[in-house]
Amino acid sequence: MGQNSRGEVKTIDRSLDSTLDSVDDAENLALGLAREAGFRDEELQKIGMAVRESVVNAIVHGNRYSADKKVRVTLVKNGSRFTVRVADQGEGFDPDALPDPLAQENLLRQSGRGIFLIRAFMDEFQVRRLEPHGTEITMVKYVVENE
Amino acid sequence: MSVVDAAGRITLGEGSSALRETIRELVNKGQKKILLNLAEVSYIDSSGIGELVSAFTTVTNQGGQLKLLGLTKRVKDLLQITKLYTVFDVHEDEAHAIRSFT
Repeated sequence: MGQNSRGEVKTIDRSLDSTLDSVDDAENLALGLAREAGFRDEELQKIGMAVRESVVNAIVHGNRYSADKKVRVTLVKNGSRFTVRVADQGEGFDPDALPDPLAQENLLRQSGRGIFLIRAFMDEFQVRRLEPHGTEITMVKYVVENE
Repeated sequence: MSVVDAAGRITLGEGSSALRETIRELVNKGQKKILLNLAEVSYIDSSGIGELVSAFTTVTNQGGQLKLLGLTKRVKDLLQITKLYTVFDVHEDEAHAIRSFT
């Protein structure tokens, strides 16, 4: 793959059902474009995991598996910048209100690590409320050459 | 004691419920010393990490011990960034792990 295909701006935009099959679909789409963007090995694993965690959140906590609600996944490769947006049609949540999974009293909780892992694996992370309802997560990771 | 060999993926909707059932069955049979071998686990997500924690607390609350064996780099990294690596008793050598149960 030459610099030309890496340099092109490319966008993939998909509307996925609120089923767990969509988690694999979203991960595969993201990994395909991330490879084109120049990510390799461990960085790909991190992107794959961040996408899985965010789509699981959208399906399980956002849309609550509703057949009437979709998860929209938008992937943008733009130079060294790789952006993943995942939007659901649920009630929304306040990321600042999430318990810290690293706090001693939360270490043995069964859940609550998804957003923490996304933040750990990606370079940028933002949450936006959508009107009239829904949540959009935006994650960015940068290709580092010769890592 | 029991050695449980987990393999494949421990993720939401895949391996995490299988792991939960296996641990629950062992505990219900009175087997409270469990070595969970994760060497063949290729992938684990936050739900899978939650199942490991849940298995640990289930066994511990019954007065037993659950230890981990053979972490891949990927699983080890995940346990480290979630600060769980020091919560679990982690072993690399099976014979040594088996001897460590009290």
